[in-house]
Amino acid sequence: MKIHEYQAKQLLAAAKVAIPRGIVAKTPDEAADAFHELGGEIAVVKSQIHAGGRGKGRFKEHPDQAGVVLVRSADEARDNASRMLGSTLVTIQSGPEGKQVNTLYVEAGLDIARELYLGVVVDRETQGPVLIMSSEGGMEIEEVAQESPEKILSEPFDGEAGLFPYQARKLAFALGLDGPAARSAEKFLPAVSRFFLDSDCSMTEVNPLVVSKAGELLALDAKVSFDDNALYRHPSFLELRDLNEEDESEVRAGEAGLSYVNLDGNIGCLVNGAGLAMSTMDLIKLHGGEPANFLDVGGGANVDQVTEAFRIILSDSNVKAVLVNIFGGIMKCDTIVEALLGAYEKVGFNVPLVVRLEGTNVDLARKMLSESGRDIVTATDLTDAAQKVVATLN
Amino acid sequence: MSILVDRETRVICQGITGRAGLFHSQQCREYGTPIVGGVTPGKGGTEIDGFAVFNTVQQAVEKTGANASLVFVPPPFCGDAILEAADAGIQLIVAITEGIPVRDMIRVADGLANSESRLVGPNCPGVITPGIAKIGIMPGYIHQPGTVGLISRSGTLTYEAAWQLGNIGLGQSTCVGIGGDPIIGTNFLDLLELFQNDPETEAILMIGEIGGNAEEQAADYIKQHVTKPVAGFIAGRTAPPGKRMGHAGAIISGGSGTAADKISALQAAGVVVAESPADMGAAVKRAIDQSK
Repeated sequence: MKIHEYQAKQLLAAAKVAIPRGIVAKTPDEAADAFHELGGEIAVVKSQIHAGGRGKGRFKEHPDQAGVVLVRSADEARDNASRMLGSTLVTIQSGPEGKQVNTLYVEAGLDIARELYLGVVVDRETQGPVLIMSSEGGMEIEEVAQESPEKILSEPFDGEAGLFPYQARKLAFALGLDGPAARSAEKFLPAVSRFFLDSDCSMTEVNPLVVSKAGELLALDAKVSFDDNALYRHPSFLELRDLNEEDESEVRAGEAGLSYVNLDGNIGCLVNGAGLAMSTMDLIKLHGGEPANFLDVGGGANVDQVTEAFRIILSDSNVKAVLVNIFGGIMKCDTIVEALLGAYEKVGFNVPLVVRLEGTNVDLARKMLSESGRDIVTATDLTDAAQKVVATLN
Repeated sequence: MSILVDRETRVICQGITGRAGLFHSQQCREYGTPIVGGVTPGKGGTEIDGFAVFNTVQQAVEKTGANASLVFVPPPFCGDAILEAADAGIQLIVAITEGIPVRDMIRVADGLANSESRLVGPNCPGVITPGIAKIGIMPGYIHQPGTVGLISRSGTLTYEAAWQLGNIGLGQSTCVGIGGDPIIGTNFLDLLELFQNDPETEAILMIGEIGGNAEEQAADYIKQHVTKPVAGFIAGRTAPPGKRMGHAGAIISGGSGTAADKISALQAAGVVVAESPADMGAAVKRAIDQSK
């Protein structure tokens, strides 16, 4: 689960990670008030959407308006906010449709000496958390990794104890920090690491991490995502979820315990197992089709869940054919067919359907299909299934 | 000989009184696996469908001589259950449970680092040596005894592969689902080594997917250490970057972990890579033929 920058900063501040002063604004007047309250000569008005690249992003309704702006007066804050709030911000990460901005974060301006990068993730190789830093603040870390990998420092740390102060010093001196900045890093880096562990994050990214002219480290931006499997330990985090940021079908699927990702093609897919579902998409492409979605009904789905899966697939108006590919293990093939036939009544199929079944109770399931009298194309193996579903479109 | 499982294997099920735990214990028993009991804290001393239930793994080991465990404990408690099995000296721990918090698995990985126990999974279909024993949730009948060693990050795709192999008369020595989570126990490298050293395994099929760099490491290992024919497949060639496809592992970020990278690494190591998921069985056949 992802959260907004302002929410991430509030959590970080509570975990003793230094952040610039900032105020949330939901109306242009609130943005103006925030400028006054911060009291400085400059402030930064920042759009709150989950996608990155906001500073370079522009609004559909106001092509000259940037997603993050520096303002020098309350009036300027109000003016900008009035163009930003309710408008659609398009960034390199938001997709061409963009995201509506409903919240702004107004932040005090800073005297910045340096910009660094900081990220914490779980490393598969060391099987533990790792703190990643680089001198190239503001740049995407993937870019740095490609262009100048020698600038990336990574420090694995203990999953219980967190980052030790000596590790923080090691990183600080390697980045050329000294004096008050090095002392500040000795507090800042362990605090972020502690936050990552205690909050069950899957990622905590501070980019840029700034060093002020006074030698203080501050999180100028913050991106936090949580391990969904651990959210039960943090009930308060659920309130931070912003459904406006998520795909409606993906939310519905999640509620039904299904794993669904919306894609651009026109062949709906219903598969059990993530690997088989990805392979089914690959196969459709190989035979000249385009998958409309990834959908894994999981191992032990019941008839209701599978029915909901069909409902979600068919609610996508791009879908012109549906491919069902099931290799029954725990999932019984007859459960799928029962839901499939039920979906004719409950949902109503208006597109061709190709079904490939194998595994547990396959004979019973095939008999149910053939006796149903429905116009269903059956396929014997993966290639046959992909060819047949692509052929229905021609 | 097969790997991981043999006729000496004696299995307990942790979480045997749960719906999935009981069902799959029954299925494994039906397949011929010696399931010698189960563990559910607080229900020790009872019996369920002929399985003796113990309060702790240690008690179960003392009473039954179990040396393997099939773990179905719910996610919040599963990491602890794995550590309990290791503490009781269980040699092979097969964790089926999906959805264990990553932080719990960090703790498990630390705990197992200095232990003799081997973990398979979590979030995996388990291990089967066809005709001998299955410790997992895969349908038994799709697997035939034979000489192909199968390693896979994905569950149902493993079934698909075993089925394709069976259709062309290639059985399996052992099939291992290693799971799709960011932190897993046994990995590709461990199993490549075991299969390379197993006299009953003549060829290896490894099924990977996008995300991480386990397949690239496997390719390096194969190049240096594996002399047996190896075929491979990578799922997720057409997955869009930045989107997580079910498995926590299956995400492409920043151009790393792509299917193309993994396929070229494997090919460079002499692995016959299946072009399509329908071609996995045939790819093993080609790899075997090429080596002759």
